[in-house]
Amino acid sequence: MIELNNVTKQYPGCTVPALDNVSLGIERGEFVFLVGPSGAGKSTLIKLIFREQLPSGGKMLFDGRNIAALKQNQLLEHRRQIGMVFQDFRLLKQKTVFENVAFALEVLGRSPKEIIEKVPTALDKVGLSGKAQSFPDKLSGGEQQRVGIARAIVKDPLVIMADEPTGNLDRDNSRQLMDLFETINQNGTTVIIATHEWEIVDRMQKRVVALECGRMIRDEQQGGYSHEL
Amino acid sequence: MNFNSFRYCMRQSIISLHRNLWLAVVTAGIIAISLSILGGFLLLAVNADQMIRNIGTNVEIGVFLEDGVQVEAIQQKLDNHAGIHSYTFVSKEQGLVDFGHSLGDRVLLIGMEGENNPLPDLFRVRTLDAENVPAVAAEIASYPGVEMTDYGEELVGRLLKITGWVNTLFLAVSILLALGAILLIITTIRLSVLARQDEVSIMKYLGASNWFIRFPFLLEGMTMGWTGTLAAAAALAVVYYRLATSLQQEALTFFIQPVTDTAQLLPIFIGLLLLGTLMGGFGSFISVRKFLRV
Ligand SMILES: Nc1ncnc2c1ncn2[C@@H]1O[C@H](COP(=O)(O)OP(=O)(O)OP(=O)(O)O)[C@@H](O)[C@H]1O
Ligand SMILES: [Mg+2]
Repeated sequence: MIELNNVTKQYPGCTVPALDNVSLGIERGEFVFLVGPSGAGKSTLIKLIFREQLPSGGKMLFDGRNIAALKQNQLLEHRRQIGMVFQDFRLLKQKTVFENVAFALEVLGRSPKEIIEKVPTALDKVGLSGKAQSFPDKLSGGEQQRVGIARAIVKDPLVIMADEPTGNLDRDNSRQLMDLFETINQNGTTVIIATHEWEIVDRMQKRVVALECGRMIRDEQQGGYSHEL
Repeated sequence: MNFNSFRYCMRQSIISLHRNLWLAVVTAGIIAISLSILGGFLLLAVNADQMIRNIGTNVEIGVFLEDGVQVEAIQQKLDNHAGIHSYTFVSKEQGLVDFGHSLGDRVLLIGMEGENNPLPDLFRVRTLDAENVPAVAAEIASYPGVEMTDYGEELVGRLLKITGWVNTLFLAVSILLALGAILLIITTIRLSVLARQDEVSIMKYLGASNWFIRFPFLLEGMTMGWTGTLAAAAALAVVYYRLATSLQQEALTFFIQPVTDTAQLLPIFIGLLLLGTLMGGFGSFISVRKFLRV
């Protein structure tokens, strides 16, 4: 579903490319970890797939379409098929949990009827039905991130992409969150997670794509965080 | 953009307006003031135009005769002219007396009586149909013994000059105020953008279109525009109506009667309303382009 052919990303003003000649294929329904040390290019790869950034070279396909060549309305369609989850949650603190999740549908112009149907379902999936009327700053970090995930899945995306989703969470919360991602993945959604937390990666035993200094150094089904382990 | 999106944008702009209520009111107020002045100028222009036309076509024609000409011959021609309503004859002696009265100082005129009188004999002619004044004046001017005719071209010219100056002044002031109003709109919308920055930054990741992100701010600016203009139009309408009715009751001379024809006034009010809304939209467009990177 996602195909990268010799993709290179060179940020202006940088001497070394953030991504260097990366080729990679991700099928529908896969669960993929992007791992690597800081500055390896994990976030850059996610930004390229979301087309927040354009590649400097190579070809990228999403569902058969050239991502770099999308027109404005195709770009919106493209982004609507991707649910994004962030390290810092990015919830709107003046909105309730329900409103935060509903926001993802509102901005797509969905009807109130659809919103009333889908938001509780999404909250139910992340186990937050009881907190619908709470405000984000009254929730724990783990709960806030689950709101973030509910917001990402409420529009039924093809792919969920999460950049360091557990970066601000403790170990227990991280585990629960990974279990949640796994459940979502089992229901057919492709999941791509960038992380440098080796414990998680080792425990989950999923596909691992390792980057270092912009180069792909390893692509392993059911891998660990590093070779040695 | 579908109905749901539109409703969402409406709601957002109302929330924003509410949040910056005082700034919004001040902005709308400045728009109101600038458009009141512009509207006042337009009303004045319409009235001045009508007045000039009235004066130009309803004053008497002065028919100045050459010295020693047969007055009766010309009088006969005037009698037989189908387009003439009435006329009076003013002899050069009578003219001198009138002139002296108008100056209020007879001393100046001593020595101008009799043979030395510089004034011509003249007829004051009224036409049946106001529109024919220029034509009739030209025709009479061609009669033998008539030196020239005059029907207030000079007065009309002077009026045009004055109204021209007034118009330019009004226009300059209202343009300056409108620029001020647009700057205020830019500032107000900028504050709204800042207040909603979190929301806007997340919207892009949720797949919102640029238009969807921008539209609430445009609506907000346009709302300030049209509410301001509506206030201006209401104030203008009240003031103008009062002025018009009192002028009509004064029963002043025909040519300073105000324009009350709605077909002439309505376009001005509708035009103002559009202009105010456009100003609001323009200001927020600039602001959104400048401060909202989507
Ligand atoms: N917008 C940008 N402009 C310029 N350089 C950038 C930009 N974003 C990233 N980089 C550079 O590109 C390289 C890869 O960055 P990237 O954020 O993709 O790494 P990462 O693997 O996500 O790291 P981390 O684990 O710290 O998040 C780094 O050297 C970084 O400095
Ligand atoms: Mg990163």
